[in-house]
Amino acid sequence: MKTFKAGGVHPPENKFSADAAIEILPIPKRAYVLTSQHLGIPATILVKRGDDVKTGQLIAKSSGFISANIHSPVTGKVFKIEDVIDQSGYKRPAIIIDTTEDIWEDGIEPSDKIEREITLSREEIIKRINELGVVGLGGATFPTHIKMMIPEGKNAELLIINGVECEPYLTSDHRLMLEKGEQILIGTAILMKALGVSKAMIGIENNKPDAIAHLSILSEGFKGISVHALKVKYPQGGEKQLIKALTGREVPSGKLPIETGCVVNNVGTAFAVYEAVQKRKPLIERVVTVTGKAAKKPSNFMVRIGTPISELIEKAGGIHENLGKVISGGPMMGKALTSPEVPVLKGTSGILLMLKEESAREKISNCIRCAKCISVCPMGLEPYLLEKLTFIENYEQAESQRILDCMECGSCHYTCPAGRPLLDYIRLGKSKVSFLVRNRKKQ
Amino acid sequence: MNNSILFAVIALSAIGAMSAIILYFVAQKFKVIEDPRIDEVEDSLPKANCGGCGYAGCRAFAEKIVKNGSMDSLNCPVGGNDVMAQVAQILGLQADEKDPMIAVLRCNGSRENAPAKIKYDGPATCAFAHNLYSGESGCPFGCLGLGDCVVSCKFGALYMDPKTGLPTVVTDKCIACGACVKACPRHIFELRFKGKKDRRIYVCCVNEEKGAPAKKNCEVACIGCGKCVKACAYDAIELKNNLAYIDFEKCKLCRKCVDECPTNAIHELNFPPRKVKPDGVEEQVQSPSAESSVS
Repeated sequence: MKTFKAGGVHPPENKFSADAAIEILPIPKRAYVLTSQHLGIPATILVKRGDDVKTGQLIAKSSGFISANIHSPVTGKVFKIEDVIDQSGYKRPAIIIDTTEDIWEDGIEPSDKIEREITLSREEIIKRINELGVVGLGGATFPTHIKMMIPEGKNAELLIINGVECEPYLTSDHRLMLEKGEQILIGTAILMKALGVSKAMIGIENNKPDAIAHLSILSEGFKGISVHALKVKYPQGGEKQLIKALTGREVPSGKLPIETGCVVNNVGTAFAVYEAVQKRKPLIERVVTVTGKAAKKPSNFMVRIGTPISELIEKAGGIHENLGKVISGGPMMGKALTSPEVPVLKGTSGILLMLKEESAREKISNCIRCAKCISVCPMGLEPYLLEKLTFIENYEQAESQRILDCMECGSCHYTCPAGRPLLDYIRLGKSKVSFLVRNRKKQ
Repeated sequence: MNNSILFAVIALSAIGAMSAIILYFVAQKFKVIEDPRIDEVEDSLPKANCGGCGYAGCRAFAEKIVKNGSMDSLNCPVGGNDVMAQVAQILGLQADEKDPMIAVLRCNGSRENAPAKIKYDGPATCAFAHNLYSGESGCPFGCLGLGDCVVSCKFGALYMDPKTGLPTVVTDKCIACGACVKACPRHIFELRFKGKKDRRIYVCCVNEEKGAPAKKNCEVACIGCGKCVKACAYDAIELKNNLAYIDFEKCKLCRKCVDECPTNAIHELNFPPRKVKPDGVEEQVQSPSAESSVS
């Protein structure tokens, strides 16, 4: 079975919510819509206090090349424009909307009827993806329309759809593939048309045999789309790892996947593209898994963007007595939240509730030079060295050791028997090195 | 037998003599002529190698100052005016008198003023915590209390106060090298004039949020009301990004702003206590006993 070659770990999968069908969460009383839900420049707010907004109305406009439009996920009145705490632990500007009954903006088709016919041209598809604020839903929230625009001199030949979901616990993509399989495949066909490629591969890890079987049967009706089972290994969902696993090609250091002729999109993104292109529906809701050992009822919810996470936890059975941490995302790459009132963003794939004992940090002891971190690093880096170089503030050397290639998967930290905070150091080093690189570019 | 010992001694002596002659000529050929004043200047420096002057150690500073030929913008904060006068004497230059500086922590978010709402259990380094979240109290500008500044201080002039959870500057030991200013990821430390009799007035807050959110996290935050700006007769206070800043070069230490501040964010240090007149008007007292309050 296919997989990527270098490094990787296999943490306990713990997919508790794999059998929980996607439930539609009620619309929140108050929605907090952040203006920076994507990678790049925050969007410019178009509404003001007291304005009436409809579901799907554009409320914040893309304000640069790498930026995305944001639409109102609810109908109601703008209560305030204020800074709220988000996943990063810092306050960011948000539009707070008090909801009334749900009225959709004209032109959006809210029905579940599946539209198979792709009528739009290539340019129109990209324009619509851009207008309706679709971003990558795998986690990095990179605006999708930019991925579709192939730089000059480069050639796209293969579309890869990422259904790997290698993070333990999370099941949002798994459920989406089971329940919206056909829509995902139509979305894939749309993306293929937009890119002008004739071949698409869907990569799914082998711990989701039902999803593999389901999509394999469905994909027979689509030309050029094939489904591939992959060996379970973290971080296979990383763009570069997935390309390596499926095609054997390697993305050069510091370059984009397009160098290998591949464009990677998540299954969630494919579904969002289907809804945007076929139904004119902007990206205002997504599937969020609420799970973990401290979750009373592990579930998958279809949630409007901007819903406070406390409502999701409430719906999943409430707070456990022994709750240690609430994490946005998976256990490997997720971030501990500083407040349960943090809203769901476009990139929120799951909420993980951890018990006190499992969430505690390990005691830090000295590096024993076992080199386990080197053997598990999927990018072929030397985490112990990068940690040391950051510690002694030798950022030039850290740069030449390719610290910027680190994708922060956390495998080194996970495997370290001495409990060294490797990833914390590397993250710090990365931010310092990228600061240096930016300064150098300015000069 | 005797001969072999004699041969060995002669041979080794000959090699030694030859080497000495070669080395002598090589040393003459590759002689490095160094200004003897560099050594003199270095000897007069405190040799703390702290980097407070901006150069890599005392030797580098001595080289620079001798090569420069003037003392503009070169100052050893550890030695202060005495050492600089000594250096000036060696070089036959004139040293400018510099007002002594001191590091000032511009945050009063102690455990009492800014209670913790969340618990951080990551590695105890401010640099990490700053990358991760806004802080246990929720203030995104305030002190994280993990002591990167204390680690950076080479003079033992900083310690963490276990009661407040904030670093504290030991006035006598701080030589204003600026290591803590660089170490703090939130730029809370500032080098300010030490002031006559150690008297200082400064805004003890760096929060740039608006009044309400700032006050929500911390009782003693600057809310940017601007009352101090109006009260200042010397145009020394500037309000920028909802935060007041007192320019220590313009401040005349009149203490009017301290009285005006509604959140007690402006601190006065080592001033004599105010005498309260019977009708309630406060008056500044100029008592010589104030010197005893210097810590």
